[in-house]
Amino acid sequence: MTPVDAERTVSLTVNGVPREATVPVRRLLSDALRHDLGLTGTHVGCEHGVCGACTVLVDGAPVRSCLVLAVQVDGRSVRTVEGLARDDGRGGQLLHPVQEAFRECHALQCGFCTPGFLMTIAAGLEARDAAEEISEEEVDDMVGGNLCRCTGYANIKKAVRHAAAAMREDAR
Amino acid sequence: MTTKLFGEPVRRREDARLITGRGRYVDDIGHTALAAAFVRSPHAHARIVDIDVDAALDVEGLVAIYTYEDLTGPLAEPLPVLIPHPQLHAPRTGYPLASGEVNHVGEPVAMVVATDRYVAEDACDRIVVTYEELPAVVGVDAARAARSAVHEEIPDNVAAVHHQETGDVEAALATAPRTLSFTQYIERSASMPLEGKGVHARWDADDGSLRVHTSTQASTSVRAAIAAKLQLSLDQVEVIAPDVGGGFGVKIVHPWPEELLVPMAAIALGREVKWTEDRREHFIGSAHERQQRQEITVGYDDDGRLVALDVHIWHDNGAYTPYGIIVPIVTATQLVGPYVIPTYRVKVESVYTNTVIVTPYRGAGRPQGCYAMERTMDRIADVLGLDRAEVRARNLIRPDQFPYDHHLTFQDGRPVIYDSGDYPGLLDKLKALVGWEDAEAMRRDAEARGTLLGVGMALYVEGTGPGPYEGGHVQVLGSGKVLVSTGLTSQGQGHETVLAQIVATELGVPIEDIEVTTGDTRRFGYAVGTFASRAAVMSGNAVALAARGVREKALRIAADVLEADPGDLEIDEGLVQVRGTPGAAVPLRTVAVLSNPLRYAFDEAARQATQFATHDDSKPPVAEDDEPGLEFRDYYSPLRSTFASGAHAAVVEIDPATFEIDVVRYAVVHDCGNVVNPMIVEGQVHGGVAQGVGGALYERMAYDADGQLQNASFMDFLMPYASEVPDVDIDHQQTPSPLNPLGIKGAGEAGVIPGTAAIASAIEDATGRRITRMPIAPSELFDLVNDESAERTAASARRAGTGTMPAGTMPAGVRTTGVRTTGVRTTGGGA
Repeated sequence: MTPVDAERTVSLTVNGVPREATVPVRRLLSDALRHDLGLTGTHVGCEHGVCGACTVLVDGAPVRSCLVLAVQVDGRSVRTVEGLARDDGRGGQLLHPVQEAFRECHALQCGFCTPGFLMTIAAGLEARDAAEEISEEEVDDMVGGNLCRCTGYANIKKAVRHAAAAMREDAR
Repeated sequence: MTTKLFGEPVRRREDARLITGRGRYVDDIGHTALAAAFVRSPHAHARIVDIDVDAALDVEGLVAIYTYEDLTGPLAEPLPVLIPHPQLHAPRTGYPLASGEVNHVGEPVAMVVATDRYVAEDACDRIVVTYEELPAVVGVDAARAARSAVHEEIPDNVAAVHHQETGDVEAALATAPRTLSFTQYIERSASMPLEGKGVHARWDADDGSLRVHTSTQASTSVRAAIAAKLQLSLDQVEVIAPDVGGGFGVKIVHPWPEELLVPMAAIALGREVKWTEDRREHFIGSAHERQQRQEITVGYDDDGRLVALDVHIWHDNGAYTPYGIIVPIVTATQLVGPYVIPTYRVKVESVYTNTVIVTPYRGAGRPQGCYAMERTMDRIADVLGLDRAEVRARNLIRPDQFPYDHHLTFQDGRPVIYDSGDYPGLLDKLKALVGWEDAEAMRRDAEARGTLLGVGMALYVEGTGPGPYEGGHVQVLGSGKVLVSTGLTSQGQGHETVLAQIVATELGVPIEDIEVTTGDTRRFGYAVGTFASRAAVMSGNAVALAARGVREKALRIAADVLEADPGDLEIDEGLVQVRGTPGAAVPLRTVAVLSNPLRYAFDEAARQATQFATHDDSKPPVAEDDEPGLEFRDYYSPLRSTFASGAHAAVVEIDPATFEIDVVRYAVVHDCGNVVNPMIVEGQVHGGVAQGVGGALYERMAYDADGQLQNASFMDFLMPYASEVPDVDIDHQQTPSPLNPLGIKGAGEAGVIPGTAAIASAIEDATGRRITRMPIAPSELFDLVNDESAERTAASARRAGTGTMPAGTMPAGVRTTGVRTTGVRTTGGGA
């Protein structure tokens, strides 16, 4: 059996950039992102996969990074909240529609759960046909698995509708 | 115009960093820091016989292990009783690390410092602590029974008896036309911010300075506590609350053991040390709130008007009382709500149990007080066969009765004198918003669909913005940038935005030029903290006063430059100009440069202020009563708290087969005086309501008889997801406070206060069963409805008698007739 503190070198793509980290095999992906790769935008709220704050996208799909070992993403592509905005080509950033919507709709207060919501919703919005009007069921589905203690969720749901509408506008 | 922003739904200035992953929370700081982890008591009550660390010493990466034996000086003494009170006759606090005895599961026993958290926890696992178990006291009733004691020298488990009365309540009750008495319970929940606590400390041995980042609601006081406990001079210690991932009360308590031990280790080891609380630690090592037993007797007349109210509360304060009796006092004094209560007596016995400490959680005793008062109103209405809204209306303080003195002493030691309000206005708006008059039609409609529907309401008055003070500092730089700072902290309320709106409006500068700093003792050393819905009231007014001071000085300097009278000047968009004379203007940034007479021109702008550029040699460069710089510091210290108010209504539907309780509508009418940013206030209401619904239906700390917390995880402690939170309809009313310059009242806690009371009322209305324990789960409601001996409401009997509840709408075994009055003593005529 491999001892828990045996080290492995993990190669992965993070937000489009090839990265490498040498970590103990028991290191969680959440800890590796935060403490080995310095990407502290991913937050840890419960350490057992319930709150969703640590959600990142692995090969495009939402994953709770506190339930995944860093060694499990060797060779894979990880997207975090730091990689949600795009370069605008002029040294600045173009926010993702869901980021714009969160600010516009006051969908965050303390901001701790926000990265998890953003990544989950971004994945949801990107996976659907942007030209279609979003249904309430889709909205509920995208926000239903994450905990927020500040907002009461109303404005988060509003932000999903807002972002979907913006993406629909772009798709026309 | 971008400078008149008071009252506008300005988008938040903190969001840009928080939505891009650039927030800076404690655990984002100090990547090379050593990590601390704690050995915590697995027992609710035990003597520590031995701590054997030998096996841990072999762990590679271990740096240090600390137990009580390693603490010296003030650190070896008990933690402070933060808020002493004469009625807190037997205060007890724990030690940073347990000294001989543990009094709740989760109490810290040893601290391990290692190269990383994983290794630190490995070492914790190998530390063997031998305990001699003692009997555990769990729950209010066990504490009252006092078959064993939490603290040996306090055999009755009573920490404090808080008592207030406004007249001879016994005489008033004896002559009241009617009285009724009942007992009810409310259970524990907790603040449960998504970010737990955390501390990072860095010691600079060369200059003897300590910098501490902590996820706190009170950085200035943490600083003072660290200095006192570690025997440092105050000027050696800096404390910063960086981005904080929610507080809701739990982070107002300080110094937490970790806030002392992490800096202690950083100094001892000469290395950065960090501790990040994990979720289980937060459940068992932080604080809870709400649990009370309430015994209520009310005297009233045949019209439902109150004559006298006598309340005896047993409040569970957990193992220690670091935060004094603030929660009991708040319950006792806020219980009276928006009502005229001719004679009132309240006694709160605050008792020790072998559980996590009880300190303020959003609402801080108010939800319990509201629950007591509003359920009393419901019972009076039920006995008299009156509309619940009508009974409330008959008892409301009228708008012409302000200022209204309740003759009670509030948590700030000041009188409970309501400054302003319009409670009948709130009630009317609420009834319209929720469709109160249509309740019967809603009920019939739900019955036709096979569900039970009920409506309930609850009103509250909330003392907000208590003193002693907060301060604000505003400084205009030569670049035009405006720096604003206040000492109190932020945990997501949007203070950076709200305070910037206030300064933009007061000073006449674009909000884009303003930078706000909160909770950083390097920037502002005097502060109290963020609690009791006080930030906007206290720091809002303080920065407004500071901005007014800057404005006055700017006008004075600009008047010189423009050769005009200061009274003829205005500031708009950062430009000081002569009113009505276009072109006669000077930018505020230039005024800032001129405010600081210079010898050296360090940049282009500075040339304007150098000694050969200025020509008035008739007076000294800095006048006798003046000082250099365009900045001003001011403080706001209120005479007493300002009182916000509101009214909530809930419509619930209950599945008669599963007893699932669905809050289908939730209506809020809210009055917090003048509103700085309505978007942010509504956000606070939404969040508060979600916590109110959680507290009413889902959240409880499930301790077993041995004091083990059975649900110390997000898997088991049921905080609402989006699917559990109803849509909220909000209506506003604004009665400005006459007590402060901006006319504002606090808004942070309001949303949570009436939730339990309103939802209990609605469930009672739907089922016809008296609800006396909250929160209530579907299984408990099922048992209640199927319990032959459960008390039924008079309203349900009346409804059954008139045939408005058709047979068959309740499940088998449920009877809707056979009214009982168990627990209710009715005198002076029948219902």
